[in-house]
Amino acid sequence: MQGQWLYIGLFLIIGIIVPIIPLLASRFLAPHKPNPIKQSTYECGIETVGESWVQFKSQYYIFALVFLVFDVETVFLFPWAITLGKLTIFAVIEGIIFILILLAGLSFAWRKGMLEWA
Amino acid sequence: MTPDQVIFILCAAVIVVTAIMVVTSPNLIHAALWLIATLFGVAILYALLQAGFLALVQVVIYIGAIAILFIFAVMLTRREMRDKGPQLNKNWALAAILAVLTFGGLFYILSGWSGFSGKAAEIPAGMDTLRNLGFALVSPDAYLLPFEVASILLLAALIGAIYIASASKK
Amino acid sequence: MTFWNDPINLISEWLRGIFMGWGMAANLAMVITNIIGIFVIILFAMAIAIFLVWVERKVVARFQDRLGPNRIGPFGLFQPFADIVKLIIKEDITPEGADKLIFNMAPVISLASVILIWAVVPLASQIYGVDINVAVLYLVAAGAFGTLSVIMAGWSSNNKYALIGAFRMVATMISYEIPMVVALLIPTIIAGTMSLKEISNAQNGIWFAFLSPLGLLLFVISAIAELGRSPFDLNEAESEIVAGFHIEYTGMKFGLFYAGELLHAFTFGGFMAVFFFGGYGGFFGLEKLAAFSWLSNPFIQMVVFLIKALIGYWVIMWIKYSMPRIRIDHMLAFNWKFLTPLAFVLLMMTALLDKLLAPTNFYVSGMFISNLLFAWIVIEILRSRSKQERAHDIEHAEPVELAAHH
Repeated sequence: MQGQWLYIGLFLIIGIIVPIIPLLASRFLAPHKPNPIKQSTYECGIETVGESWVQFKSQYYIFALVFLVFDVETVFLFPWAITLGKLTIFAVIEGIIFILILLAGLSFAWRKGMLEWA
Repeated sequence: MTPDQVIFILCAAVIVVTAIMVVTSPNLIHAALWLIATLFGVAILYALLQAGFLALVQVVIYIGAIAILFIFAVMLTRREMRDKGPQLNKNWALAAILAVLTFGGLFYILSGWSGFSGKAAEIPAGMDTLRNLGFALVSPDAYLLPFEVASILLLAALIGAIYIASASKK
Repeated sequence: MTFWNDPINLISEWLRGIFMGWGMAANLAMVITNIIGIFVIILFAMAIAIFLVWVERKVVARFQDRLGPNRIGPFGLFQPFADIVKLIIKEDITPEGADKLIFNMAPVISLASVILIWAVVPLASQIYGVDINVAVLYLVAAGAFGTLSVIMAGWSSNNKYALIGAFRMVATMISYEIPMVVALLIPTIIAGTMSLKEISNAQNGIWFAFLSPLGLLLFVISAIAELGRSPFDLNEAESEIVAGFHIEYTGMKFGLFYAGELLHAFTFGGFMAVFFFGGYGGFFGLEKLAAFSWLSNPFIQMVVFLIKALIGYWVIMWIKYSMPRIRIDHMLAFNWKFLTPLAFVLLMMTALLDKLLAPTNFYVSGMFISNLLFAWIVIEILRSRSKQERAHDIEHAEPVELAAHH
């Protein structure tokens, strides 16, 4: 098993190096003549208005929170799912209780109106 | 030096350096990205310990959810994202002394640990750790109760967050 | 172990023999052989990405009743090479105020996160990178890096539209990750393992698409949203925010994003094949017959897998070029109020039925019928709700003044 993770580590390193090669080719082959107009921020062809920062809608944060809780839950479900074939029916019910508790949480968030708007 | 040790030392160095960069970086988004590098280093350590499942859980939860949450939180609360406020507050001397004392205490405790001179126990060949984890999580005489309590804990976290968010929404 | 039956192991043994003959230690020889194998897989994935550029342009042209590229090479087959040359020689403009290091890293991490997945995809029973026993979670972890690259790209561009596009894209990607992971848990439960090769082998009897058609549907929908393709392509809403988080990227960096997106879509087509359509084999036990034993040949299996993946990719493209875009709030409401509860209830039902029906003879028919029943119940619930909403709207409609009366 050690060899497998070493393989994946090597894959990660080479997987980062390979996309860099076309970028290097581009650096040598492409012209490089920066001037301020080319480098100005793109805003559909007109001059930019105001600073380049928008008020971040707080609803995104709430969705990220709910996602975090459900992500942890699905990670817990992986070992359960693998051994399902060899477990008793009682163990399956336990996993189902686990899921139901968190579905209750989702419905709480829903009723509180936290899942409204984007 | 076995290759394992070389990789471990490299990895540990990366973790320490990126952790220092997290706390000293003036730009908050950079700090969040250095944190991602630190968490990834910890995932590599888990893989070195042959805990592949935990390494991937570390990446999925910490980098894929918690780091994204950090970045969202920074973007939500900072008006100017290139925040360059003062790095240290007036208690920095006291904090430095406490940090050095804590480090010294940990060093002293760990220097007497016998585990440094021996090898860790080998995982018995053919033991499928993931399946054992699955069985352990749902056996009443193993970790069933913590498993269900974990779901209650997650529910509490969700309800707490929703409550605070709904209070501020009004 | 002949070349015809087991090519990868044979070649790696031969290479290792050569290296050890030169006096290298066994470990080092293995590492170098691994590196060569990794290069082969990555170049294969990149070749597929290049081929997909041509496929995409031809298919979108046919959907829109036109010809597509047909000048360069026969049927325009060399068009991608022309595209690559064009992208390389274009000037690389970094906008002012952009965060240079993150700006440059984002496209690399985006493409790397897709290439990483190819380490575990089994092209044939003997042709794959590694066969780790946590492959399904590995797929989710590689997706996490994709999400990260989107935020890095959007933030470092110093551009309002990039930021808006990046927020929307990340919100979509993380929201739809939950139904996708649950849809992947369903084949995991049925096969009893997380390893992709074992899941492909477990479908030798019957494809999981027949055991869990709702799971397949759930996976297709969430996969299209994860990819950021139509109808969920708020990120690239050309009419709204002009290319979203990769507005400021020029030349080859944009090329990396584009190739990454196409390869990602093809990889998801590959997942559809592995998880639901039998992967590289699974012809309902046909290969056990003597007349069809050539179906177990690794090269034939690889061709079968690529064909299945291409069909999956074609379905994804078909949906992309036929449907209008969905608004961001509808998209997130659809996920959190419909897909996520549906996914979890489907998971609970599958787990229960898998346990109850496994020893009986009714496994296949039981699972299939239960899925259809569940789908019918869901449709009935949706219909009654929409009837209620329509009645509510009719009751509360107010007459609108069309013209001012004097």
